[in-house]
Amino acid sequence: MSAAPLLSVRGIGVRFGDVDVLSGIDLDIRPGEVHGLIGENGAGKSSLGKVLGGYYRASNGEISVDGRPQNRWDTPAALDAGVAIMHQELQLVPALTVAQNVFLGLEEHRHGILRGTEAARLDVLMGQSGLRLDPHAKAASLTIAEQQKIEILRALARQARVIVMDEPTAALSKSEIVQLHRIMRALRDEGRSVIYVTHFLNDVLDVADRITVLRNGKKVRTGDTADETRETLVSAMLGSTKTDTLYPPKSRDHGEVVLSVQDLTSPTGTAVQRLEIRAGEVVGFAGLMGAGRSEIARAIIGADPASGEVAVAGRALTDRSIAAATEAGIVMVPEDRRGQGLVMSSPVRANISLPHLGAISARGIMANARERALALGLIDQLDIRPAMVDGDVSNYSGGNQQKVLLGKWLAGNPKVLILDEPSRGVDVGARETIHREIGRLASEGVAILVISSEIDEVLGLATRVFLVDRGRLVDEIDPDEVGEAEVLAALFNHQSVGETAA
Amino acid sequence: MTRAKVFYFLQTYAVLILIAMLMLALSLLSDSFLTGRNLLNILNQNAPLAIMASAMTLVIIVGGFDLSVGAIFAMGSVASAWLAVNVDPYLGLLLAPFVGLALGFANGLAITTLRVHSFLATIATALIFKGIAVALSDGRLISVRLDDFTWLGRGRFLGVFNSVWLMVAFALILTFLLTRTTFGRRVFSVGGNEEAAILSGIRTNRIKIAAFAIAGFAAGLASIITTSRVAVGQATAGDGLELQAIAAVILGGTSIYGGQGAVWRSLAGVFLLALVNNGFNILSIDPFFRDLTMGLIILAAVGLSAVGQRR
Repeated sequence: MSAAPLLSVRGIGVRFGDVDVLSGIDLDIRPGEVHGLIGENGAGKSSLGKVLGGYYRASNGEISVDGRPQNRWDTPAALDAGVAIMHQELQLVPALTVAQNVFLGLEEHRHGILRGTEAARLDVLMGQSGLRLDPHAKAASLTIAEQQKIEILRALARQARVIVMDEPTAALSKSEIVQLHRIMRALRDEGRSVIYVTHFLNDVLDVADRITVLRNGKKVRTGDTADETRETLVSAMLGSTKTDTLYPPKSRDHGEVVLSVQDLTSPTGTAVQRLEIRAGEVVGFAGLMGAGRSEIARAIIGADPASGEVAVAGRALTDRSIAAATEAGIVMVPEDRRGQGLVMSSPVRANISLPHLGAISARGIMANARERALALGLIDQLDIRPAMVDGDVSNYSGGNQQKVLLGKWLAGNPKVLILDEPSRGVDVGARETIHREIGRLASEGVAILVISSEIDEVLGLATRVFLVDRGRLVDEIDPDEVGEAEVLAALFNHQSVGETAA
Repeated sequence: MTRAKVFYFLQTYAVLILIAMLMLALSLLSDSFLTGRNLLNILNQNAPLAIMASAMTLVIIVGGFDLSVGAIFAMGSVASAWLAVNVDPYLGLLLAPFVGLALGFANGLAITTLRVHSFLATIATALIFKGIAVALSDGRLISVRLDDFTWLGRGRFLGVFNSVWLMVAFALILTFLLTRTTFGRRVFSVGGNEEAAILSGIRTNRIKIAAFAIAGFAAGLASIITTSRVAVGQATAGDGLELQAIAAVILGGTSIYGGQGAVWRSLAGVFLLALVNNGFNILSIDPFFRDLTMGLIILAAVGLSAVGQRR
């Protein structure tokens, strides 16, 4: 009925620290198909693409090519076997020409002296594939779409039979996406396979022959595109059974408005007309990747320059620096704990006290006992393990690092707490602790804004949820009335409405 | 696990272990090594470098490099000697450190406003400072044979050279700044994760400027010790000191990637290099082997720290 698989995996699992990103994945890629990999943010689609391309090492499972099991599977081995990966962040040398980039590492040479044949060879390759670029243009001068063509040509120059494309359309215009899909079909018609990792449902439905849906690091199903619709895909991505995480009870007893935002705009695309959060209220932001949720948060706390009014407890912030925001009681727990949150070379104690140095010092001299007491209190409150004030955070698990990060921002007793992806990459136990803490803070009258790519988490924690698209709050929903599937469908709708408008 | 601990211990205290081993070896090999006179001389000779290395520690922890401190030293030397001859000896001694402070401040401003890496910025400012020093001195030596000027570098207090007292006091002050003050905390956080520091409300540019200003002040302070000792101000004074200071900081075990380190480590680094030097002099071995040995020691130290980073 169908050809034998070109690339197949059995029981693939990937573990980062103490979190299972993927587990028990079986997948066959046939020759000459475009295979879509979809799932919610964090479902593991991108990780699976990277495993297939040899970029991530699978913790367990087996990979075979043409039916032969591979015992080594890294990028060079994958390339040898004819599997190339095109990363979301393109891997080009900006200062080299198109031709030099395509044949990087494959240059013809005599005793190490280049023969300069790259441009001529590229002409041949472009003639075969129908992809057109100026061989002598510098890679840096090209658009993202053109740079992707370089990557595809590079894969072809290496005789790739399978090309993994990880979110290739994220930075493309509508017409460029149409063109990329045409290239994918052409590759398929030559008998090559394309693995298309994306979160744009319309795109996979447009071009893929088969679609594999992932959820929470597990495969839901692989099916022919002809049998799928947006609705079937959304329900597969979300699952019929609710996740069994229990969220803390929601407080309905809200006080005065604590955070009030008016006409906030920023160069990063934020355009929020009005946002109010009351004491004890948990408000959620749901949105697709790149919808500008974090940018709104950054504009509120003054991490990015922004115009408009931000008031805490009725008092407008005049000084829009982060220090002033912290002082006024509005803080943000950033999404990237390694990049933006923690100082990995400093101990737990120093990380927790960092935004509050003024409060635990006198005339610039640190009050060590007060600092230790502060850290100890939060270690206890958040159940941070190992429970050492001088512990080396770089050795902590993801969940405990996240708790240290949360503790760092709770240490100042904030009035407004913004949490950006509060449980990204943490284990179930830490996730529960963090959720319980959010519930407790709300019951104590803290105004909370939760931003999460997991719609389930936003709905479970918040009493009011805003849908965010391109930096704007496009819709407000009641999380108790509206389900995950409807939210996701609404987000996709806003996205495609915006696309046609753009 | 225990092997990892042994390695960790060795890595943490490598420089002290090396110093102890070297002192033991030199004491056995030569009678003239372990004498109060010899040890005091080593301290005295290396006090200016130790002062500069102490301040360089802050710059490296904050995530930078300062290649201009040798040139600032030259400016200090010329400025103090010129002031001593033409205005007042005491004024010369007093002002040179503040000339250094101003130049270091200028470094910090250049780095933060132009947003260039400190490595590049200070190569450029070093040329500028050196050029000014040459122009001021007209390329000549400025001789200062005045007791009111030379007392600082030549005199003693309680039997110990003034320079050594200055070095100890300066290192203690910097240690206090780095470990006990909010400023020190901010220095570590800026070097450890600048983005996290910014999001914690820290004005990271101010911290960087302060670190470079302190390095400039230290170069000025070091320059008056040397200038007053040799009673000559000149624009070539301080050549190569910036690299010696950086080498000593790294040898001591401060991370070149920023965010980690201590002042005592840099002092230990200075004196490890000084002991090697002293040993070769005492044992009168071919100087060729001295440079070779120092190079190998520095390479080993850097390698050890790189291994630690990769873990």
